[in-house]
Amino acid sequence: MKYGLRTVAALTLLAGVTACGGENADPSNKESTSQADGTFDKDPYPSTYSPYPSDAILLKDATVYDGLGEVLENHDVLLRDGDIVEIGEEIDAADDVTVIDATGKFVTPGIIDNHSHLGVYPSPSVSAHQDGNEISAPVTAEVWAEHGVWPQDPGFTRALAGGVTSLQLLPGSANLFGGRGVIIKNVPARTVQGMKFPDAPYTLKMACGENPKRVYGYGGGQYPGGAPFSRMGNVAGYRTSWAKAVEYKRKWEKWEEEGGDPPTRDLELDTLKGVLDGDILVHMHCYRADEMAQIIDMSKEFGYKISSFHHAVESYKIADKLADEGICSSMWADWWGFKMEAYDGIRENIPLVHKAGACAIVHSDSDIGIQRLNQEAAKALSDGQRIGIDISKAEAWQWLSANPAKSLGIFDETGSLEPGKDADVVVWSADPFSVYAQAEKVFIDGALLYERGNPDLTPVTDFELGQPGEGDMK
Amino acid sequence: MIRFLMTAGAASTLALCAAAQDVAVENANLWTGDSMVADATIVIQDGTVIAAGPDAEIPSGMETLDAQGAWVTPGIFSAYSQVGIVEVGAEDSTNDTTAPMSSFSAALDVADAFNPAATTVPATRLEGVTRIAVMPGFGSNLLAGQGLVASTSGKADSITEPKAFAFVNLGEAGAALAGGSRAAAWANFRAALSDARTYPARYIASEEGDILNRVDARALAPAARGDQLLLIAVSRASDIRNVIALKEEYSNLRLALVGAQEGWMVADELAAADIPVIIDPYDNLPVRFESLASTQENTQRLIDAGVTTALAYFDDSSHQARLILQSAGNAVANGLDREDALAAITSAPAEVFGLDRLGHLTPGSTGDLVIWDGDPLEVMSAPTRVFIDGIEQPLESRQTKLRDRYTDLGDRDLPFAYKRED
Repeated sequence: MKYGLRTVAALTLLAGVTACGGENADPSNKESTSQADGTFDKDPYPSTYSPYPSDAILLKDATVYDGLGEVLENHDVLLRDGDIVEIGEEIDAADDVTVIDATGKFVTPGIIDNHSHLGVYPSPSVSAHQDGNEISAPVTAEVWAEHGVWPQDPGFTRALAGGVTSLQLLPGSANLFGGRGVIIKNVPARTVQGMKFPDAPYTLKMACGENPKRVYGYGGGQYPGGAPFSRMGNVAGYRTSWAKAVEYKRKWEKWEEEGGDPPTRDLELDTLKGVLDGDILVHMHCYRADEMAQIIDMSKEFGYKISSFHHAVESYKIADKLADEGICSSMWADWWGFKMEAYDGIRENIPLVHKAGACAIVHSDSDIGIQRLNQEAAKALSDGQRIGIDISKAEAWQWLSANPAKSLGIFDETGSLEPGKDADVVVWSADPFSVYAQAEKVFIDGALLYERGNPDLTPVTDFELGQPGEGDMK
Repeated sequence: MIRFLMTAGAASTLALCAAAQDVAVENANLWTGDSMVADATIVIQDGTVIAAGPDAEIPSGMETLDAQGAWVTPGIFSAYSQVGIVEVGAEDSTNDTTAPMSSFSAALDVADAFNPAATTVPATRLEGVTRIAVMPGFGSNLLAGQGLVASTSGKADSITEPKAFAFVNLGEAGAALAGGSRAAAWANFRAALSDARTYPARYIASEEGDILNRVDARALAPAARGDQLLLIAVSRASDIRNVIALKEEYSNLRLALVGAQEGWMVADELAAADIPVIIDPYDNLPVRFESLASTQENTQRLIDAGVTTALAYFDDSSHQARLILQSAGNAVANGLDREDALAAITSAPAEVFGLDRLGHLTPGSTGDLVIWDGDPLEVMSAPTRVFIDGIEQPLESRQTKLRDRYTDLGDRDLPFAYKRED
């Protein structure tokens, strides 16, 4: 019966295509599907998100971290039709513009967390909600995180209150190839399609080290036994799959040139081929410096690019190499020691990576950490400053918006305050490098979707309705 | 009796190294544990605070530090940690937090596992946390065992109070460990209390208890009789009410709660029952059905209702217990008075554990003192000097050594393995 109801809801949703903003927009960018000519739809679960209606907004006299490394004192920021229109010192407000006095406030691009398991490991963390790791095999590049996302996860609303406007939802790190990640706007919706970041690329989650070999090799029979038992087995597993993907790619290219019967579809290899084609971005869980170096060589062996290493607690040891390779590191400020490959974590990792000229990102991997990523950046910044690394707060904000946006292939749309970009903007009560600062207003595509203390602009998930604490300050 | 002997032993050790335990700090912006005092002087002699305040006099010849107006606080006190009993979380051979295969429960004593040389100890200390309550985890039984309070000095004698408390879980986890339900947890717990309260008489009469073996009954006896603090992990409001009812039934029990995510819903009852709480101010998600009403305002609501409240960081309480300062700052951002937040990481935990010489810088207090480079609750602040028992502590750790090795990645004459600083 439950399943029946859910099907009905989904059908209703598909029928509800409307012209205005929301989660029901016409997926007009959908590529045509044609079995006849052998091609296939690369976007079969398209975003239905479009910006919610918004007033033109002028944020007056704020301190602005523009996300590009500059701080602009006493500046105004004009938002209109979902976009950032202008940033300047004395912007005149047209009649239709709502002016918000932001004196004493700080304005930043929305925070982008490129490592979250919200939705796939939602609250409540009951057994029925463990949808983040398809642990049936070490290679599950065929699974997509979006097919496991529960849009009613209350964690999304807490992240919104922390100023997070976009995030990457990833499969877990049990597998060598965990599956595809999905990039979303942090907008409450009935469906994951209603949250998907329009036209964002797909990503692939991979994992180094302890997790795959523990889950598979040492699963004690609980999971399918066998490889990998070791880091050797891990690398052999990646390489075997990449070799298959190279072959698969060649078959498709041959078919495109010569025609005939198209190759048999393989969902796993579709994803890996997408990486080799440069369409899908690789995000790889990898702690140790020596392993990252091995993986870099492997990416060259098979001809793909690593977008970002995740957790990367030893990036500081090879920050020079990561800078040379143009690979980002998505890091915590200070997590360490919970497993052997995290044993060498240090608090200065982020600033040392930045100092080397490499791309540094603050990520959460946590439904708690995602609520205060600005504070994580602040801790890392101060730890760097304390050992003489001269980084300004404005530069450090790049760790929270521009750099994660680049790692996700969405920097043309968001991640900095520049005219023409999405109006994903946060107004902070004070300098967001202070523990006392709160996100007071959070705009996504210009729409005010969170206002601290305003019950009308505080989302309450379905799960929380009728429960103790419904609608409370969280 | 055991505790008395230990205390006497500790006191004689202190006397032996008294020479290095004299220090005065002047021009401090002082948090005493109870209140803020500007332009304060703190005098520590023989490891104990002998004077603190604007008019405190420095004995002639005592080493004196000029804080130049900087914040000075008592050493921070983490009310919930697993510092020193786990080195690498996922490596069982280094992890003494739980014993899922043990047939003992209340008798499991973390003092047998505590390692002052663990790398977590200096990592915690250099963030200004000088005292830690160390908890056993829940392995095979809802009775986790005996916890302790220690300093983070890293010294052989750094256990301040062994067997400071017993720890039991009466929430979802306790229900699971007791056989599958809260009813089982409470039946199990009441039987254990009864066995322990009647130890050793019933074991002489009948050889065995209703649920505890002789060893566990002996270990739980002090808590069951109200001679030892009993910490109870509970989250849901109804579970907390059951604990309050227990205290009404057995008024001699010394109880404190751990978790208490829905504590704010029963804050007035907790205050009336005089039951303190140890909570994580970050908890604001319905992670479990027992914590649906979690909110970051829990701290402020409990304290405003008069509940003695100490703060902790539950997420990674071994390697990240040091983060309670940030937690306290966030509690302020969510409505808590700043002085209440400072108390919640200094004097309040001392009160919870009945160790009132800790968590204060007032005459008679233990000489744990931290000088800060800014507001201690701010995420960009850090300690500049840390004293434990009046002895200045090194602000080094394995982490700072790794950092120093790799700060400069430029060309070198020898591999990194040769780069080492004292």
